[in-house]
Amino acid sequence: MPTLTLLQAVNDGLKTVMRNDPTVLVFGEDVGPKGGVFLATEGLTEEFGVERCFDTPLSEDGIVGAAIGMAMNGLRPVAEIQFQDFIYPAFDQIVSEAAKLRYRSGGQYTAPMVIRTPYGGGIRGGLYHSQSGESYFAHTAGLKVVIPSTPHDAKGLLIASIEDPDPVIFMEPKALYRTLKGEVPEGSYTVELSTLREARAGKDVTVFCYGAMVTVAEKAAEQAATGGIEVAVVDLRTLLPLDEEGVLDAAKRTGRVVVLHEAPRFCGYGAEISALIAEHAIEYMEAPVVRVTGFDTPFPNTLEHNYMPDDRRVLDAIEHVYNF
Amino acid sequence: MTAELQHLAPDGSPRGDVPELEGTFLRELFVHMMRVRCTDERMLKLQRAGRIGFVGTAKGLEAAIIGSAAALQARDWLWSGLREGGAAVMRGLPLSEYVAQMYGNSHDTAKGRQMCNHFQHKASHYPSWSSVIGTQLVHGVGAAFASKLRGEDAVHAVYFGDGATSSNGFHSALNFAGVWRVPVVFVCIDNGWAISVASSQQTAARSYADKAAAYGMPGRDVDGNDVLACYQAAHEAIAAAREGGGPSLLVLKTYRMLGHSSSDDPTKYRDDDEVAAWAAKDPIDRYERYLVERGVLAGGERQAIEADLLRELDAVIHEEETVPPMPMRTLVEDVYAEVPPHLRRQFNSFIAVAERLGYARPGDGAFPL
Ligand SMILES: Cc1ncc(C[n+]2csc(CCOP(=O)(O)OP(=O)(O)O)c2C)c(N)n1
Ligand SMILES: [Mg+2]
Repeated sequence: MPTLTLLQAVNDGLKTVMRNDPTVLVFGEDVGPKGGVFLATEGLTEEFGVERCFDTPLSEDGIVGAAIGMAMNGLRPVAEIQFQDFIYPAFDQIVSEAAKLRYRSGGQYTAPMVIRTPYGGGIRGGLYHSQSGESYFAHTAGLKVVIPSTPHDAKGLLIASIEDPDPVIFMEPKALYRTLKGEVPEGSYTVELSTLREARAGKDVTVFCYGAMVTVAEKAAEQAATGGIEVAVVDLRTLLPLDEEGVLDAAKRTGRVVVLHEAPRFCGYGAEISALIAEHAIEYMEAPVVRVTGFDTPFPNTLEHNYMPDDRRVLDAIEHVYNF
Repeated sequence: MTAELQHLAPDGSPRGDVPELEGTFLRELFVHMMRVRCTDERMLKLQRAGRIGFVGTAKGLEAAIIGSAAALQARDWLWSGLREGGAAVMRGLPLSEYVAQMYGNSHDTAKGRQMCNHFQHKASHYPSWSSVIGTQLVHGVGAAFASKLRGEDAVHAVYFGDGATSSNGFHSALNFAGVWRVPVVFVCIDNGWAISVASSQQTAARSYADKAAAYGMPGRDVDGNDVLACYQAAHEAIAAAREGGGPSLLVLKTYRMLGHSSSDDPTKYRDDDEVAAWAAKDPIDRYERYLVERGVLAGGERQAIEADLLRELDAVIHEEETVPPMPMRTLVEDVYAEVPPHLRRQFNSFIAVAERLGYARPGDGAFPL
C-alpha cells in the first residue's frame, strides 16, 4: 500500500472519484493550473481538463451558490474554499440554502455537494488563516460535518462525502497536510460517515478529539502511559450527525473524560459531547468532564503556540480527571 | 473605449499635459518608490532566512501605490489591502513600526496579533485590512458617510485588487457610495493576477472601470506603471470627491512582478514572456529616465539613493530583530474593553500549567479574579 501525506490522500481521493464519476467537478479559487494554494488539487486540470477542474472569480458566495445550483441539476460539485476563515461570505448560501433545501422542498430538491476547506492553526497565519469554525456548521441541521485526521480516513471519508446524498462540509486539518504520513489503499474505498474511530485503546481515561488534535492527544497519551495511565483516544471523524452511541460507550468504558479541540470553548463542540455524557452516562462518571480548548478569543498570531492546546495541557487534564 | 491616462511612455518620454509639479516633490516620489522596492527586497531576505513568516510584495506596483496615495492630504483616510504598506510609510508610518509588524514583536502597535503585511497607522488614518478580501471597501464608504455627516472635507481612498472586484464588498461599497454620494475614491490596483487567477478570468467586462457606470459614478483607466498619471488621476478624483462631486473608481493597470506572496510559485501558471514584457515597462526605470532627462535626478544617483535606503532599513531591522514578543496575557486582552471573568479564568488555568512546567515568562502572571 502506498504511503501518502494527508494532502496527497485528499488529492488521490479527488482523482479517484473523478475517474469513476463524470458528474464530479472541482472548482474554487486557484484550484486549476496552480493546483490550490496547498496543492490539494494538483494535476486535476491536467488530467480532467478545465471543464472539470477550474478556477472561479474571487467570491465564496458565488462558489457555494453555484455549487448548489449544479447539485440541484445533476452534477456532484466539490467546491473548495481556500481557507475555512473565508467561508463566511458563503455562510448564507450554506446555512439558508444548502442545509435547508431538502427540508423545504419536501425532499423534491437536494444539494449533494461537498465543500472542502482547510482549517485550523499552526502555520502562523494569524486571525484569518487559522480558524476552526466547525461549531457554526455543526449547529446547522441539514449539513454533515466531517473532519479526517489520518491520510487513510482523509481519502475514505472524502469519497464517502462526495457519494453522500446531502451537503457535506469537509474540513481538512492543514497543520497535518504535510506532516502526517500513512498507508492509503489504492483505488476507491469509503470510510462510513458518522462512525468514530478508536485511535488508541486505554482503560483509564478517554480523550475525545478530531482533526489535528488527534495527534496532540496521542502524544499526551504516550506520555501518560509512562506514568501508568492508560488513555483511550477517540477520533470523532464526523461531527454531524454524531456517532452518539459510540461516544457514550467510550465514555462509559473509562468513566473519566477529556474533550479536546482547538476551536474556542464557549458553545464549542466539546460542550455537545459533555452534555451528551451528562444526559446519558452521568452514573458512569468518576470525574467531571474536562475540556481542553482554544481560548474564547480571536486566533492570535505570534502566540499561536500558546493558544493551541498542546500535549502539556492535555496531559495536565488527563492527570486531573485520573486523580479526581 | 477610452484610452488609459498616461503621462510617461515606457521610455520615460512625456505624454500629453504632464502635471506641473515641483522638482523636490518629484524627487520625493522617486525615493518613496525606491523605498518600497528596497523594503520588499529586505523583507524577502528575512523571509528566506526564516526570520519572518510571509511577505506580500509590491514589486511593479510602486507607481500605482505611491503615485495615487501621494495625492491624499494628511486628513484623508487610506483603506488598505495587502500591498499598500509603502503608502503608509510615505504618509507617516515609522519604518520601525513597519518592521515590528513584520516580526510581530512587542513594538508592533497591533501587538503581534496579525500576520505579516497587515500594517496600521492611526495618526495618518490608515487602518489595517483584516485579510478577508473585499470587506474594507464598505468600511471606507461608512467612514466617508461619517466624515460627510460632520461636514468635514476628508476624502477616503479605498484600495483593493482586481480579485476583490468579485467580492460582495465591491458591489455593496460602490452601490452605497453611489447612492449616498460620499467622498470616496475607489482605487483598484489591477495587477493582472489574483494569486493564480488572471484578471481576464475575473470579469467579462472590458475593464473594471466600466463597472463604475452601473453604480452611477465615473470610472477611469490609468497606466498604473506611470507614477505621474497615477498621481494626476487620483488628484482629480480626490478633488472632485472633496468638493461634493461624489465617488469615483480608478483602475490602475499594472503588473505583479513576483509571486502572490513569498509562498507562491508563479511559474506554475504564467508565462515568462508576459513577465518580461511588463519588466520592460518598469515604473521605477521609466520614472528615473524622466527625472534624469528633466535634471531632477543625476545619472547614477539611483544607486546612491538605494544604498541610503538599504542602510536605513538594515539599521531598523537590526533594532527590531531582538525585540521580544508580547507577554502571554495579551492572548486574552483587547477581546473586549475589559478582560471579562471567564477569560481571566481561562488564562489563569493556562498560566498555572505554564508556570509549573517552566515556560511562562516574566510579565505573564495570572490575572486577579
Ligand atoms: C474572502 C477571501 N477569499 C479568499 C482569500 C484568499 N486570497 C488572499 S489574496 C487573494 C487574491 C487577491 O487578489 P487581488 O484582489 O487581485 O489582490 P492582489 O493580491 O493581486 O493584490 C486571495 C484569493 C481571502 N483573503 N479572502
Ligand atoms: Mg491582483
